[in-house]
Amino acid sequence: MLGLNKKDTYLLLLVAGLVIFAPFLLNPFPEGSAMAQFNAGYPDLMQRFVIFGVFAIGFNILFGLTGYLSFGHAAFLGVGSYAAMWMFKLFGMNVLPALGLSILTSGLFAVLIGYISLRRSGIYFSILTLAFAMMSYSLAYSVLATDMDGPDRQGLLQKGLTGGETGLQLTLEDPRIFGQQTAGEGNIPVPNIFGLEMRSAVEMNVGDWVFTFSVGYYFAALVMLLSFYLSIRIFRSPFGMMLRAIKSNQHRLNYTGLNAKPYMLAAFVVSGMYAGLAGGLMASMDPLAGPERMFWTASGEVVLMTILGGVGTLIGPVLGAGAIKYMENILSKINSDILHTWFAFLPDGLEDFVITLIYPFIGKGWHLTLGLIFMAVVIFLPGGLVEGGQRIARLFKRKKPSTKTPDGKTTPAE
Amino acid sequence: MEAIILQILNGLDKGSAYALIALGLTLIFGTLGVVNFAHGALFMIGAFCAVTLSRIISLSHTVIDDTQTDFLGNPLKVEVPYVYDWFGQATGDAIIDWAVPLSILFAIPVMIGIGVIMERGLIKHFYHRPHADQILVTFGLAIVLQEIIKYYYGANPIPTPAPSAFTGSFDFGALMGFDAGQIIYPYWRIIYFMFAALIIGGVFAFLQFTTFGMVVRAGMADRETVQLLGINIDRRFTLMFGIAAAVAGLAGVMYTPINSPNYHMGMDFLVLSFVVVVVGGMGSLPGAVLAGFLLGIVESFASMREVLDILPGINQIIIYLVAIIILLTRPRGLMGRKGVMED
Repeated sequence: MLGLNKKDTYLLLLVAGLVIFAPFLLNPFPEGSAMAQFNAGYPDLMQRFVIFGVFAIGFNILFGLTGYLSFGHAAFLGVGSYAAMWMFKLFGMNVLPALGLSILTSGLFAVLIGYISLRRSGIYFSILTLAFAMMSYSLAYSVLATDMDGPDRQGLLQKGLTGGETGLQLTLEDPRIFGQQTAGEGNIPVPNIFGLEMRSAVEMNVGDWVFTFSVGYYFAALVMLLSFYLSIRIFRSPFGMMLRAIKSNQHRLNYTGLNAKPYMLAAFVVSGMYAGLAGGLMASMDPLAGPERMFWTASGEVVLMTILGGVGTLIGPVLGAGAIKYMENILSKINSDILHTWFAFLPDGLEDFVITLIYPFIGKGWHLTLGLIFMAVVIFLPGGLVEGGQRIARLFKRKKPSTKTPDGKTTPAE
Repeated sequence: MEAIILQILNGLDKGSAYALIALGLTLIFGTLGVVNFAHGALFMIGAFCAVTLSRIISLSHTVIDDTQTDFLGNPLKVEVPYVYDWFGQATGDAIIDWAVPLSILFAIPVMIGIGVIMERGLIKHFYHRPHADQILVTFGLAIVLQEIIKYYYGANPIPTPAPSAFTGSFDFGALMGFDAGQIIYPYWRIIYFMFAALIIGGVFAFLQFTTFGMVVRAGMADRETVQLLGINIDRRFTLMFGIAAAVAGLAGVMYTPINSPNYHMGMDFLVLSFVVVVVGGMGSLPGAVLAGFLLGIVESFASMREVLDILPGINQIIIYLVAIIILLTRPRGLMGRKGVMED
């Protein structure tokens, strides 16, 4: 189907199913119950799952296929966000042109950075991309935020191109030449797709459960599915084969007379456009863009997601993005009161002891948990969650044949 | 002229910090071939060694002082540090005042210990993994160390003052025949620069003039041959990792009066230090030191008002800009050796 083989079609359908039914799947606990804080089925969080999914899928096209570790991918995310915001400010609140401009701008930006950075490889490439991203961050934070309209401080550029520390925000004075300047009651209009507002949602009550279906989530999810489909096609295409060849042995590729540079640049630009798309989606869900989206820790986050899920696998980055964003939101919400209610069944002394043991890892300390999990994954499971799943699956499969055919081979002494 | 001298001086203290961290990074890279993203965290831990020591020696107990009374007429309770009891008030005050320099003695064994544990416990297993894996695992370690420090010391910067003897500023201008007050420079920054020069000189002398250093240098040039000669090079490299950690830690200890330590100071310095290492040339110790001072001075020149008027914001990006230009024109960095990280 759609030019995919059977296995990939199943994978795509599986992801599509998960994404479509996410409001149900992520809300397994009834409202008001003790476990309700583990529910992740609210639109804000689900949107973040799919948006970071897009970001990680794009990063995986570069890192997973070619092995070039970019430590500055968040720059494209930020550029995409700013581009989308300017589209909202100048032309109107429809998200499609905004996303288009995000992809275009970040693509151009990626051509520029990629052309320079890709002249070096290995650690040098990582440092160069890091340097470019930090440069973009500093520029967005200071220079591009200075007043460009002159002394009157009234015009569109009164806070510069990027708005500096506070970020770029919508105002009532924005022209929005193709849309309405103000919504009813003098409010700033919200991003929409042909009139359907991103933040509008339908709630469904089934018994104690409350399921929320939001336009924003389903739009972002659709974009994510399209990106996922495109990434499968890239993985299976001759172009993808070429990128894998670069990863396994670039010298041999050069000796066979193939120039790897254009392929690398193409991969870098595609990956940057994915990041820009993710940035545009972020701005569409919440019309705000700030420089901290370009900071190098944001670049580090997408690396974490991709590694955690599984580098070079199709579904890995999506899983990793989901896992990290889930932990960020749910783990950081748990406080000591909640822990006390959980362990109330233990004797008092033991209860306090258990809570002191767990406390550093939750709430504000969730980064510690993240760091530990990440280290464990890099050390023991370089293939990420996907490899973990495969190992478990193999464990169950191997049982049968091993009983039938005893291993007759001898291992040579070393 | 005054302005130029002042900017060079201003660049020196930041340059010293860059040079010290970059020196440690290069030591680790040159000996073990590992790209250590946790090196900034070691710098930060060093700074918190100073915080810890100054807290330990200010530990106090309450005594009831009969000579003083509070507003109700009761005897006043006063906190008396234990050092007063042991050494008398004058010496005790001096010890508390000199907490930061004293931390050097405390930080050296702690940092060497941390370095050795890190190398034996974690980094050792990553020698034969790709550089990307080394970057990632040390990045993870940096997050973990940073969060542990944050858990125990909180997220706010902790002011740790220099000894009161060094709080003032030194008038360089008067010394060199300019008008008084033209070039003034805080004492502690002079100390920091001299300390950095001392450490750098010490490390180079250690490598150049001791048998141990000679073996290490031989190991950096050709590890296998040294091993074939029956020398346990791994143990020496482990110790070098400890020394590199100590260099970073000492840079952190002495930096505390300049910048109050907080848990993410290491990460802020790490990014720049990597740029410094790359500019200096991967694996070249003199290159790292040179590039550290050079970039520090370039950065301080870019922060001059005259420059900022022409190119606003240039001070924020100048280091990255220099790094990009150098990497593209001299791919091995300023003093990089041939054959290091070329594939």
